Amino acid sequence: MLDIERMNNPFNEDKVVSNCSIFGMMDMSGRRLEGRPVFEAMANMRERSNGLGGGFAVYGLYPDNSEDYAFHAMFDSNEGKSLTEAELSDCFQIVGNEEIPTSPDPSVEDPPILWRFFVRPPKDAGEDFKDLVARVVTKINSTVKDAFIFSAARNMGVFKGIGFPEDLARFYRLEDYKGYMWLSHGRFPTNTIAWWGGAHPFSILDWSVVHNGEISSYGANKRFVEDNGYRCNFFTDTEVVAYAVDLLVRRHGLSMELATRALAPRLWDDIDRMPPAERRLNTALRSSYAGLLLNGPFSVIIGREGEMVGLTDRIRLRPLTAGLAGDVLYLSSEEAPIRLVNGKLDRVWSPRGGAPIIGRLGEGLVPANGGS
Amino acid sequence: MALATQLLPEFRIQRDDDRCIRCKVCVRQCGFDVHSYDERRDCIVTDESKCAGCQRCAVLCPTSALTVMQNPYSYAPSSNWNRERITDLKRQAESGGVLLTGCGNDKGHRIYWDHLVLNASQVTNPSIDPLREPMELRTFLGKKPDRLQIRDGEPVDLSPQVTVETPLVFSALSFGAISHNAQLSLARAAREAGTLFNSGEGGLPRNLRRFEKNAIVQCASGRFGVEPEYLRRSAMVEIKIGQGAKPGIGGHLPGEKVSKRISAARKIPAGTDALSPAPQHDIYSIEDLRTLIYALKEATNYEKPVSVKIAAVNNAPAIASGIVRAGADVVAIDGLRGGTGAAPKVIRDNVGMPIELALAAVDSRLRDEGIRHECSIMAAGGFRCSADVVKAIALGADAVYIGTAALIAMGCTLCQKCYTGICNCGICTTDPYLSKRINPDVGSRRLVSLLDGWSLEIKEMLGGMGINALESLRGNREVLRGVSLSQWEMDVLGIRGAGQ
Amino acid sequence: MTAESAVKDPATEELPGGMEIDCRGLDFKTLNDMIRDAAQGGAERMVLREVYGQRYIGTRLNGLPPVRIDIHGVPGNDLGAFMDGHRLIVHGNAQDGVGNTMHGGEIVVKGRAGDVLGMSMVAGSILVRDDVGYRAALHMKEYGKTYPTVLIGGTAQDFLGEYMAGGRLVVLGLDTERHDMSFIGTGMHGGIIYIRGEIGRDQLGEGTRISELRPSDLKFLETQISRFKNTFDVAGRIRPRGFKKLVPKGKRPYSRLYA
Repeated sequence: MLDIERMNNPFNEDKVVSNCSIFGMMDMSGRRLEGRPVFEAMANMRERSNGLGGGFAVYGLYPDNSEDYAFHAMFDSNEGKSLTEAELSDCFQIVGNEEIPTSPDPSVEDPPILWRFFVRPPKDAGEDFKDLVARVVTKINSTVKDAFIFSAARNMGVFKGIGFPEDLARFYRLEDYKGYMWLSHGRFPTNTIAWWGGAHPFSILDWSVVHNGEISSYGANKRFVEDNGYRCNFFTDTEVVAYAVDLLVRRHGLSMELATRALAPRLWDDIDRMPPAERRLNTALRSSYAGLLLNGPFSVIIGREGEMVGLTDRIRLRPLTAGLAGDVLYLSSEEAPIRLVNGKLDRVWSPRGGAPIIGRLGEGLVPANGGS
Repeated sequence: MALATQLLPEFRIQRDDDRCIRCKVCVRQCGFDVHSYDERRDCIVTDESKCAGCQRCAVLCPTSALTVMQNPYSYAPSSNWNRERITDLKRQAESGGVLLTGCGNDKGHRIYWDHLVLNASQVTNPSIDPLREPMELRTFLGKKPDRLQIRDGEPVDLSPQVTVETPLVFSALSFGAISHNAQLSLARAAREAGTLFNSGEGGLPRNLRRFEKNAIVQCASGRFGVEPEYLRRSAMVEIKIGQGAKPGIGGHLPGEKVSKRISAARKIPAGTDALSPAPQHDIYSIEDLRTLIYALKEATNYEKPVSVKIAAVNNAPAIASGIVRAGADVVAIDGLRGGTGAAPKVIRDNVGMPIELALAAVDSRLRDEGIRHECSIMAAGGFRCSADVVKAIALGADAVYIGTAALIAMGCTLCQKCYTGICNCGICTTDPYLSKRINPDVGSRRLVSLLDGWSLEIKEMLGGMGINALESLRGNREVLRGVSLSQWEMDVLGIRGAGQ
Repeated sequence: MTAESAVKDPATEELPGGMEIDCRGLDFKTLNDMIRDAAQGGAERMVLREVYGQRYIGTRLNGLPPVRIDIHGVPGNDLGAFMDGHRLIVHGNAQDGVGNTMHGGEIVVKGRAGDVLGMSMVAGSILVRDDVGYRAALHMKEYGKTYPTVLIGGTAQDFLGEYMAGGRLVVLGLDTERHDMSFIGTGMHGGIIYIRGEIGRDQLGEGTRISELRPSDLKFLETQISRFKNTFDVAGRIRPRGFKKLVPKGKRPYSRLYA
């Protein structure tokens, strides 16, 4: 997409502000679930968004070619599609190339061309391949006319656009898919983004992030991730959170638990009271990654292959409710939608501010008490 | 020897002793206890260190014996460390606290009103004479429909509107920040002139509830006095998010100002501090604001418009857009020069932006998004005269809030000591003795004169432009030209330079 | 003293009669329109079923004669916001903003509730059987001879009683291993917080201190415990022992801050 920054930020503001509803559902045993509970939950929370953006991230989406990278793309013209195809074939072996199936829906207007490519990684592909994918996607998104790739990862994909999430679910025919993990977002922006690519979830590689709130440290966080090679051309908090976790977890090798301690560290008063080893670790995390401390109200759900993470800011200015029914973990902006879709919950709770809830494939809830 | 203070008095009082007849009016009138009578020597002794320069003694002295002026001392000249900077620092070192002040920003930030000039009609278009021909100022505050629906000859599905006969509305002045008599004066004047007054965040005393048709009631972060009857007996409900004089911070009415009457209006125990938290604790994001807007609509049975008041800050346009999308019927923006009863001086002088720029930016943004009709915009922040008002409406405001101007009409001279609770004209005080100095008959009459005078001047300017209805001025930026403004300023204001 | 009595109140049990509303698929405005119409038509009792997230239930009844509403499901945010005197009984959990700026009446939650419960409450009472979230009773006020009460059966999260200017907040700590909350009563300048269970001084916020319990406090606590038991049909004795009483350090917590 040419001039992607102007597409995302038409009024040239410091930051594009929007708030919303978020929902996540994960079967931690790996069973693939249909998305209907998520669509119903998002419809229930319709009051929290305003129809100017919605989306889903689905993991375990393509079990029949789970080793291939699925690229979901949107094009404003056929030219954009051809140029993108050319770029991708230069770098990758394309094994699949088709339109994303959609059904016309009266509430979803003017959709772009929606397409997906399947790319087969070479047999010995390692971490370098992921870096290559990230680089190619960034290049296409910044320089190729009328083209935008909105997810590129194995066995996962994002579906998003302008509209209420439950309407977009019908449009994208999401009832045809199953996944072991679903994330969803309904947007309430403070200005009109007439562009589908600006909706959420935001995704980089297999990371997807949905976010409710406004990060007041955005300027400082943006600076830190840009100093580490990323480029924030969406001007949203969600983007910066996605880059932050990609940096801390994928590139710097921290565990998810430690990464959240850098994003939402304990207060110094609490750190000073910790036993010595814990104090040293927390102090080092906080001081080394000072630029990644997320300040301001936020609740986020972060997804990646095998993990769903819920996190709120340290003084819990945004809500997040968790629900557990056997192996299925729910995270939601409000409790009512969880109850609506599952009347048999074993547990419902709200974690304390800054304490992550992590659902891990094959393991269950980490920590076991869910940070309550 | 330790000095009690290193500071010289700010004001100097000269008494012409030949004229002084020892009537002691100055002694009785000064709430700061500057003047005292020495019986032995039969003269008035003056302690200038306490003088606030309010001029009350000079005005009331029957023989004009007093001259009160700024103390003409100076430190060695410095543009950087001027007198005010040095004295503020010393005051802070002596007290160890946050320096407070009252009234609006007094610093020399550019006043854009003074760089805007207005058009007049000539030759190709006649001007209209307001004294003999109709000139309409009536304004409706509230959401306008996308399109008018008419069924069986009746307009239907209209959002609630409040009608004002002039675009001048009294700004939020809370009972507690001002005295009961001052608030009563505002209420009476609003009723007589067919406009509105604003309760501020102190609740509305029971005996002012009869002015409900002219009352904007505020739901602020302290939720003082926000009870169901208060909400029902109002013309409009306003959610106060911020205030131009102190964006981002809360408010604080010291316990000594919380008298029995204030306690009754605010529903807190007498003598306790009335703390208004910085944020409204149920609004941490835009969807929370929507939640509160609809809670108030439900609580008032959808019968009244709900306004949201914000301070003019960097991203005011985006915030305003969010506010409108959250369901507000009115967006009120308060600029840098807005007044206050008490604010930390450093915040008042440095945080926020001039209303002229914020207003123009918000109006433009809402239009760009196609939602300008979904709200009325009220602009606030240091309007000094009717020309400022006309220019504001040309930039896009539906109506204008006046606070400081109303206080000056009642007797205020902006001595900036409101935060002490001592106000010699009886406005910004809850001291029962001082409060008596505002006679509501006189106060309301002076306010009505202000409203009448400005309204007539507005009509004159409208007539001069060939307009006989206020709605033809609203957002009509073509009537404005800029003088001595840079290009970026004119771009933000959306106007051309004079001669262009 | 408030008008609440300690007599067993069978009315929190479900009684037959009362208008039933199936709330499935209803948006909040439609539901609240129906509730108001029913109340104006003279209904004194209503039972709402299949409630999932509808907001402001109870708010629209302002100015009407007292009504009791039994809610089955999960009511949405701001339950009873600005309410001036009715009874809302939730047979399950509630969300955020319960009793926001409430001016009278009673809200009972037979489960847990979310954040900012009872914010700026001036009169009336809220009883919650289990836990509550952050900032419960924030800026609760009182005026004259009446005060609001908030009674919580379990525990709370951080910033309990922030900015409290009046009222009584009681936390019973039932089925609670430890009270984990921090910044209790930060900015408190009126009212009293009673917490049953261990609280460390490092858990208290600025401006709060622990004070001695007096016979009048014990009597008050006995009454509240009695109310709790009758409302939630809880078995076993809860002794009025092991309570900490938290009060403000002063009426003017910020008097020294300003010059």
